[in-house]
Amino acid sequence: MVSVLEAPATRPQGLRPSRGYRVFQVFNGVALTLVVVLTLFPFGNILARSFSGEHEIRSGQVSLLPRGFNLTTYRIVMSDAMFWTNYRNTVVYTVVATALALALTTCYAYVLSKRQLKGRGLLVAIAVFTMFFNGGLIPNYVLVSSLGLRNTLWAIVLPNAINVFNLLVMKAFFESMPTELEESAAVDGTGTYGTLWRIVLPLSKAVLATMLLFYAVAFWNSWFPGFLYMDRQELFPVTVYLRNLIAGATGGADQTAASDTALQIGANIQAVTIVLTMLPILLVYPFIQRFFVSGVMLGAVKG
Amino acid sequence: MALLSSAAPVADADPPAATRDDRPRRRTWRAALRRDWQLYSLAVLPLLFFLVFRYLPMLGNVIAFRRYVPGGDLFGETWVGLRYFKMFLNDPTFWQVFTNTLVIGALTLLFCFPLPIVLALLLNEVRTRFLKRFVQTIAYLPHFLSVVVVSGLVLQMLSVDGVVNQGLRAAGQDAVAFMQEPGWFRTIYVSSEVWQTVGWGTILYLAALTTIDAELYQQAQVDGANRWRQTWHVTLPGIRPTMVTLLILNVGTFLAVGFEKILLLYNPLTFPTADVVSTYLYRVGVVSGSFSYAAAIGLFESVIGLTLVLSANYLSRRTVGTSLW
Repeated sequence: MVSVLEAPATRPQGLRPSRGYRVFQVFNGVALTLVVVLTLFPFGNILARSFSGEHEIRSGQVSLLPRGFNLTTYRIVMSDAMFWTNYRNTVVYTVVATALALALTTCYAYVLSKRQLKGRGLLVAIAVFTMFFNGGLIPNYVLVSSLGLRNTLWAIVLPNAINVFNLLVMKAFFESMPTELEESAAVDGTGTYGTLWRIVLPLSKAVLATMLLFYAVAFWNSWFPGFLYMDRQELFPVTVYLRNLIAGATGGADQTAASDTALQIGANIQAVTIVLTMLPILLVYPFIQRFFVSGVMLGAVKG
Repeated sequence: MALLSSAAPVADADPPAATRDDRPRRRTWRAALRRDWQLYSLAVLPLLFFLVFRYLPMLGNVIAFRRYVPGGDLFGETWVGLRYFKMFLNDPTFWQVFTNTLVIGALTLLFCFPLPIVLALLLNEVRTRFLKRFVQTIAYLPHFLSVVVVSGLVLQMLSVDGVVNQGLRAAGQDAVAFMQEPGWFRTIYVSSEVWQTVGWGTILYLAALTTIDAELYQQAQVDGANRWRQTWHVTLPGIRPTMVTLLILNVGTFLAVGFEKILLLYNPLTFPTADVVSTYLYRVGVVSGSFSYAAAIGLFESVIGLTLVLSANYLSRRTVGTSLW
């Protein structure tokens, strides 16, 4: 461990590392190993539980290895039609919400990136102010209800159509683009729409992919709007399905939505549902991670 | 990938500067509209979104001063003045949840703000690229999970048959019903926040660390500074703007403690420590239907939140010269 933990590239090496620094290197290796283990442990535990038998879980034998290995629980959960209905809902909500959010965010970010535009400051302020002050839960709830959006996917899609952080990331990206291409397009008589569609967007694939992922993961993971605005089980996203399983088994954090059958559901059904809910994220994570990182960096630039 | 500017604010909240640039060629609105109407047209739908789903709810807070009947007028029926504010200020439950919010918010800030800095500094000392990337990849992972999944993991691990109680039993202790004990809730909540946020929180610091001039370290070495002194005198000042920016943002969201996670993790047994302002107003408003009363509490919370951001920003501009705007 010590041999690989040397000084970083950014920091020039001294003649020889002092004894204190070598002690630190050991400590650092131990600390970072601990971080990795502690981060991964809950995943290992839930996987082991999901493959274990009911009896072995109840008697507290499962930590990192499955005991009483079986796939029965997976079969039970996956044969529940409601689980798949809710899973499909999550996919539909995520696709629609992400598409709309991406379109609105791109349009507004492009407008905000035009420094010479009159009223730009006001347009930026309108967006940024909402980062620091919002109406709050109750007025939002009242609004969505009185617009008649309850029990429609618009209750999930519309109130979260633009994330201001994402908006600022995109704005910073558009501002960093060279203006020459757009200017020559303007000389050729291409309008704003044509320039955006045919010149700017093809050059923005990386940032569009990042935004797509930001929104898609956020909508995939979201549960509260679905929980708040959907009254019928067949409209729930899968996160609410999971939430009701969990709430049922812990005695009900909230009395309204816990179903009676949930109370009898075993711990490994919860484990399996948790695994199946996070599986898509875990599968794509290795490929999307760097997009997120670059997106956050971009957002950190002063636009 | 872009580098961080020295001031590294997350938000470009500096509209006056932009308009100042325009001053030499001041245009009338009519001319601007004629020239840029296509651009303005692209802003119409987003503006509609902000007006309907962000600013209308702000106005909707007027029901805090009016009697609201579910299903009735969006902005309430009759004026009642400060009645609902007086009600909650005299409500002992409100003061309890307010205290809980402050405690949980303070604990979260205490752990979730400095730990990413520590982890970033540790990662920065790892020279092998592959190892550094590996630790980073693992540490970012929890950030991508739904709060429902994280809560599910917490409940599974802390259940009576869960892995934590197995450890306790192995150490000869009695099993603890963690989720039913008010005394454990804060620890559980803050730990799960640390687990989910600390790794991801290092990103901005790691970016800021790469922008520090290597020459500063050389000079420090010439001056005889050991690595610890270099960290103290070069590294930390180098990432100070990032720290201040994130601190301001953290202070601003101080009261908006993880509403969704608490809603998922608490239960009536743990209300004495777990119930916070946002969960209380959710139960009062959405579950029990006292919308006006809950809106009054929510408005109070939002105003305190805004005040916190503004004062943190002001203080930091006056003291360390870094601010969001």
